Amino acid sequence: MSAPPFERFLQTHKDDVYRYLKAVARVHADDCFQETFISALQAYPRLDHSADPRAWIFTIARRKVIDAHRAEKRRPRPVDSIPDAGTNDPDGPDEALLHLVRELPLKQKEAVELRYIGDLSYEQVAQVMGSSLEAARQNASAGIRSLRKRWNA
Amino acid sequence: MSDITRKLKGPRSAAPALLVDDLKRRAAEQDLMDVAYAPLDSPVGPLVVAATRRGLVRISYVYEDPEFVVEDLAARISPRVLEAPERLDDVRRELDEYFDGTRTNFDIAIDWRLTAGFTRKVLRATARVPYGSTSTYREVAGKAGSPRGSRAAGNALGSNPIPIVVPCHRILHSGGGMGGYTGGLDKKIYLLNLEGAI
Repeated sequence: MSAPPFERFLQTHKDDVYRYLKAVARVHADDCFQETFISALQAYPRLDHSADPRAWIFTIARRKVIDAHRAEKRRPRPVDSIPDAGTNDPDGPDEALLHLVRELPLKQKEAVELRYIGDLSYEQVAQVMGSSLEAARQNASAGIRSLRKRWNA
Repeated sequence: MSDITRKLKGPRSAAPALLVDDLKRRAAEQDLMDVAYAPLDSPVGPLVVAATRRGLVRISYVYEDPEFVVEDLAARISPRVLEAPERLDDVRRELDEYFDGTRTNFDIAIDWRLTAGFTRKVLRATARVPYGSTSTYREVAGKAGSPRGSRAAGNALGSNPIPIVVPCHRILHSGGGMGGYTGGLDKKIYLLNLEGAI
């Protein structure tokens, strides 16, 4: 079977990817969104279409977020600004909660972001992070446990 | 689902339409949009029009789901297919003018890639039949180099990927019969009436 039209792929995934990027990449969300789908469009004709398309697009999105954060670190910031504190996105998750997510150990943080904000399955989280299914499960649940503790504290 | 996981999921928000439009603009600028398409309403029913970098490649009458047309484009040209009406502004304007009766000749470039061989020759001969006049299957077959191939010419016209602009509706039977039309004979008659050919 040949690849479905990219338009359909875009319509299927754009909202979930955007919601994930909004929570995870914040001020870089729009740029990451563009770059994610441009990269996807470049590779699309060569994509193995038996692969999980949702895991594929989130793999690209996650890489764009990492790139954006790296670029941000290289750029000197004018003042020691508190990143977007208090700017609660009315359509997104609670900013205070997201702040706690960001403080989790990296693997737990990513597993929680993909599993609960991106709404991926554990299989998809494992694919995106390049880990085992068991590791994806453990990281997500350890992350949630420690979030719950701190959130209720 | 615990309270905290529900909170993380947040409400279902959509990617802003402007952002998606901008993405498509960038895709076109970076030469990543192999096929642009748009739906179009016309007096002969709903159409899907599609263009490549080379020009207009497909006009399709829509009977059921326009998605079938889009899938066909992906399979036959490239999966890099995007709905991008602004890439088809010229095509849509010229078609509107044609249906208004103010345009008798299309200036848009044609991409013939969905045709080949004898079919392409027949369709190119058909494209030279002027507005308001008609020709016959035998005549276009002759111009395509096969004077006795009127049946084959009929088949070629039946597979015309760009009806209306490549005016297969102007080709009739030698005996004076209307012949067929892939879009339905009522459409053929409508177009010939519009042009004052019958």
